[in-house]
Amino acid sequence: MLEIKDIEKLADLARLEISQEEKENLRNEFDGILKYVGEIQKISGDPGKKEVGAVHNVMRDDAHPHLPGEFTEDLLANAPASQDGYIKVKKIL
Amino acid sequence: MKIDVTTLTIRKAHQALLKKEFSVKDLTDVYLANINAHDKEIHAFLEVFDDIEAQAHAAQKKFDDGTATLLTGIPFAMKDNMLIKGRRVGSASKILEGYVAPYNATVTNKLMDEGAVFIGRTNMDEFAMGSSTENSAYGPTKNPLDITRVPGGSSGGSAAAVAANFVLAAIGSDTGGSIRQPASFCGIVGFKPTYGAVSRYGLMAMGSSLDQIGPLTKTVDDAEIIFNAIKGNDPFDSTTIMDATYERKPLPKKVVIGVPRKFTEMEGVDPAVLKNFNESLKKLQESGCEIRDIEMPNIPYSLAVYYVVMPAEVSSNLARFDGVKYGLRESGEKLIDDYRLTRGKGFGREVRRRIILGTYVLSAGYHDAYYNKAIKVRGLVGNDFKKAFDSGIHVIATPTSPGPAFKIGEKTNDPLQMYLADVFTVTANIADIPAISIPSGFVTVGGKALPLGLQLQGPLGEEDILFEIGRKFEKMV
Repeated sequence: MLEIKDIEKLADLARLEISQEEKENLRNEFDGILKYVGEIQKISGDPGKKEVGAVHNVMRDDAHPHLPGEFTEDLLANAPASQDGYIKVKKIL
Repeated sequence: MKIDVTTLTIRKAHQALLKKEFSVKDLTDVYLANINAHDKEIHAFLEVFDDIEAQAHAAQKKFDDGTATLLTGIPFAMKDNMLIKGRRVGSASKILEGYVAPYNATVTNKLMDEGAVFIGRTNMDEFAMGSSTENSAYGPTKNPLDITRVPGGSSGGSAAAVAANFVLAAIGSDTGGSIRQPASFCGIVGFKPTYGAVSRYGLMAMGSSLDQIGPLTKTVDDAEIIFNAIKGNDPFDSTTIMDATYERKPLPKKVVIGVPRKFTEMEGVDPAVLKNFNESLKKLQESGCEIRDIEMPNIPYSLAVYYVVMPAEVSSNLARFDGVKYGLRESGEKLIDDYRLTRGKGFGREVRRRIILGTYVLSAGYHDAYYNKAIKVRGLVGNDFKKAFDSGIHVIATPTSPGPAFKIGEKTNDPLQMYLADVFTVTANIADIPAISIPSGFVTVGGKALPLGLQLQGPLGEEDILFEIGRKFEKMV
């Protein structure tokens, strides 16, 4: 079973602030969930490559750029704080 | 004038509008009256749009100038994870409070081009995580057939809206059964296309390798009409397929239906569901289909695969919600605290649970045992389906859900119990194949008739056969 510190490490990685109670609950819940999903360990075997329809990377053509500022207003309208065409946040460094 | 919307279909509505038996406004008025009378109780909608009259007016113009198509003037509900430019949208989450869509989803554009009328955005489990719509940050939706029960999830609002005659059709999304299971709980048709058949551009992503958009409707024909309108390759979604990607076989003269018998009879399946399932198979057999029991050795692991792959993709997709670009921003001491507090407060419990689970299965030391393994087993499940379809099986039948709609609050204490509700539906998302749930009858529980659904799954790209058999089956029920 996972330790509280394991849950805390995961919450830190996921940038989630959670309560002590929730950490304990998750610890218990994960016991059952991980046992259930861990059943996949029983399966061995290689599925091979998908013949048709395999997903592959597609890059957009480096052409037809949109005009600078075309979407700025629409996008900034949703930002919690903005200034002079920038999204405003606390200092990073 | 009285329009009976309970038996209305898209084609019937279209004919009536063409013949001017009623106007688009007459039609939307009936649905709005139903919403006003009953949605306070049902809570299918998070928002009923305030410009319906203007939309109806624009649709009516298309009838007046002869450019109307099948979907013109048809009242639609859109799940709250589909973007409509200029309108509020939020995946039923507090973290997106105030967010206004800056662009249209491709599906939105396609429906708009036809002149469909958007009645409102429907309630859902937060970020599509759930099987009951109880995980909405705005309260659950009730099942119109029994308001003490859930409508299913995560497209519960969309399913309830159609079942309660608030709209003629609804759009939902399906990552592990989120269209089909609520459709079966509410007694309507729910359809998930082949992965890549419908563009996901403008759908808030949950599990990018699993998500598909699809219709919830009263009839199979309506589902097919909507699918044909929304499908298509899209340069904005590079996982969309072309028409020719999958070879489509002609419809068979004698349909062979495969049943993974051991799987459908697993522990935990309600005996009433099995009884109804076997009755459905009998009806199909009497109509000329062959029923053939098949072995699918890896299919019982589909749910385990899903609950590794999906949370992994969720943890990645929801990383963008950080209080910086949009939505809620909670303030802490430093920037990193802004992230932690925003996400901790803005996301609900189930969302937090799945993000952390996904973080775990992707983390160093566990990545190989869980995520990489799940990808392999996913391939093996896909192979099981391919083997069955290559052996002369045309569609695979199971019940849609192991039980009818459960009571509100019944499964909220045990996440794993809730996850098991998806055991029959996740297979189609894992294998990328199309699947449909068709109402198959009722089971009486506590004096109320609760709907059940038959699920058919087809080969990649072969939605046709699902619609064909679906149309035949719905007449037999």
